[in-house]
Amino acid sequence: MNTMNMLDKTLDTNTTKIAARDVNVYYGETHAIKNVNVEIATNTVTAFIGPSGCGKSTFLRCINRMNDTIDVCRVTGDILLDGEDIYDKRVDPVQLRAKVGMVFQKPNPFPKSIYDNVAYGPRIHGLSKNKSEMDEIVEKSLRRAAIWEEVKDRLDAPGTGLSGGQQQRLCIARAIATEPEVLLMDEPCSALDPIATAQVEELIDELRANYSVVIVTHSMQQAARVSQKTAFFHLGNLVEFGATGQIFTNPEDPRTESYITGRIG
Amino acid sequence: MTDFSPTPDQPAAAQSSLLTLSKRTIQRNAAEKRFKAYGIAAIAVGLVMLLVLVTTIVGRGTGAFQQTFITVNVELLESKLDKNGERNIEDIKRVTTFGYAPLIKTAMQNTVADLGIETSLKTKHMAGLLSKNAVAQLRAFVLENPEKIGETVEFRFLAQSRVDGYLKGRVSRDSIANDKNISAEQLDLVDALVAAGVIEKTFNLDFILGSDASDQRPEAAGMGVSMMGSLFMMLVVLALSLPIGVAASIYLEEFAPKNWITDVIEVNIANLAAVPSIVYGILGLAVFINYMHLPMSAPLVGGLVLTLMTLPTIIISTRAALKAVPPSIRDAALGVGASKMQSVFHHVLPLAAPGILTGTIIGLAQALGETAPLLLIGMVGFIASNAPETIGEGLLSPNSAMPAQIYEWAKRADPAFYERAWGGIIILLIFLVTMNTVAVILRRRFERRW
Repeated sequence: MNTMNMLDKTLDTNTTKIAARDVNVYYGETHAIKNVNVEIATNTVTAFIGPSGCGKSTFLRCINRMNDTIDVCRVTGDILLDGEDIYDKRVDPVQLRAKVGMVFQKPNPFPKSIYDNVAYGPRIHGLSKNKSEMDEIVEKSLRRAAIWEEVKDRLDAPGTGLSGGQQQRLCIARAIATEPEVLLMDEPCSALDPIATAQVEELIDELRANYSVVIVTHSMQQAARVSQKTAFFHLGNLVEFGATGQIFTNPEDPRTESYITGRIG
Repeated sequence: MTDFSPTPDQPAAAQSSLLTLSKRTIQRNAAEKRFKAYGIAAIAVGLVMLLVLVTTIVGRGTGAFQQTFITVNVELLESKLDKNGERNIEDIKRVTTFGYAPLIKTAMQNTVADLGIETSLKTKHMAGLLSKNAVAQLRAFVLENPEKIGETVEFRFLAQSRVDGYLKGRVSRDSIANDKNISAEQLDLVDALVAAGVIEKTFNLDFILGSDASDQRPEAAGMGVSMMGSLFMMLVVLALSLPIGVAASIYLEEFAPKNWITDVIEVNIANLAAVPSIVYGILGLAVFINYMHLPMSAPLVGGLVLTLMTLPTIIISTRAALKAVPPSIRDAALGVGASKMQSVFHHVLPLAAPGILTGTIIGLAQALGETAPLLLIGMVGFIASNAPETIGEGLLSPNSAMPAQIYEWAKRADPAFYERAWGGIIILLIFLVTMNTVAVILRRRFERRW
């Protein structure tokens, strides 16, 4: 790892997109997330790192309320998206998820054609008036996800027939087709080989221009490569949050240092 | 010391050779061989049983698909059938089947005489070779074609069941010693008529399409009407149990909170699947007939009872099919902002459809073969008129069902009915095997792998 480069990483002085205030998450009796406060800026890639079971994925799923589907899960505290509490009673999670897209750990394309995979989101949100507009959205999304060239001749082929890396990029295309403002990625590269990982990482860096990206990753190198800000979670606590360069070169907390040097986790 | 300490004269483990099997390995291999032998033996026993079952059914049942017919020329005497000679249909209708009996007697006598067969039988006994159905058949023909009166027309009448049994080997000269329905002389005549080609055994479509017949004429009985009854019931079962079952499963599997109430419901559904079918029958009798005053013996009631019976099967298989859809698909749909219902109806349900369909077909097949509850609600109607007349009346007119019809036939004393029961079983089995095959093909065809 070239630490010198990381120190040079510029930090854009962006506005806050998402702000978490004293967030606690309980799975039944288990206290999974403890008093987390974090601010995620626009046009920034924020990485969540930490050992397995530290709650980073749980916290990520709180941001678009995917945890609502788990009966025993309970969330307290506030998560503000553009200053609005997403856990407000008046918020419909479906509307929220149109604004906050998500890419999952395992590529999970629908067992439908590549075209339908991408078109599904815009279709249910009524983002296109006719077929040609939809074609445009599909092409734009696939281009942004850097997979257009590979699939443009077989848009009718099933999405499940693609390779793992292609599937994941298809899932990214699907997630950005609805024009979300925030893109959540839960270990998007854990099922991919190094080449596909590199492609996805490059893509994440490009996506930063349009979205706030939050990425959960097990790979510290990946966090260092793609993110501008890094949050280190440990046992449900947010231990340290700051500029990526600083976290990896000069962590304040001894637990962070132990983790990034490989002594815990 | 303990038993585990190695004794000095035994070689240390490190020195054992891979080329010689240790005692434990030999024992383990022997156990595995024994287990495989048990498995093969069990399968062999099952196959033998199946083979015995199938050969018995086919052996005993195929006879029902063939029937003995006697070809006779009948002179339709105007003096007997239409005394006024006006061809007024009302006049012709006034002649009952009794009026037709002499025509048949004469026709039989003439046939025997024309062939030059010597017999000491009286005309009455010659005509006795024919089914009691023959007069009805003759009358029906005349009513339909009054212009034929006065002519001589060739008819193929059913032979009575003893003659039929004689040709099929069910009735022998020894077995008729105490049988009032047929005598040795009559059998002599049968032999002669068979030699002359007047009596022959051919395929009998009426067994498949016809209606039931009274105790006196098993040769005329058929499955057709009860098939219609079963069809109507299956339509009711399909129309009710599929939507109710699928809706209930989707709610329980995808929407219902997981708490003790849903647990209780789940356990109860599993228990309902194990409730003996006759219990559903008595429930149907109490609720649908005694309380709601729906007609007895109606396919609608039968269908309702069988729906109750089929629902647990469909719910259980539908829930299994929904469970088999990977959660990642639901996440993916929710992740792009689909509502819960959209994720279920756009993605989960289409993926679960083959499983749901398979479960439904198997549930229907079960319902099709069910007898006990039908007996309690009287779905054993005796319908002697032919299929086209009962089809129109549909769901509310009394009817029978295939398994109930088989049960009825098996109950009757005449061995000719026994043969028809076996034949009915063949028809029923063909339906069941077809349905199950369709289910298997659907499952194979649409099965998705993730």
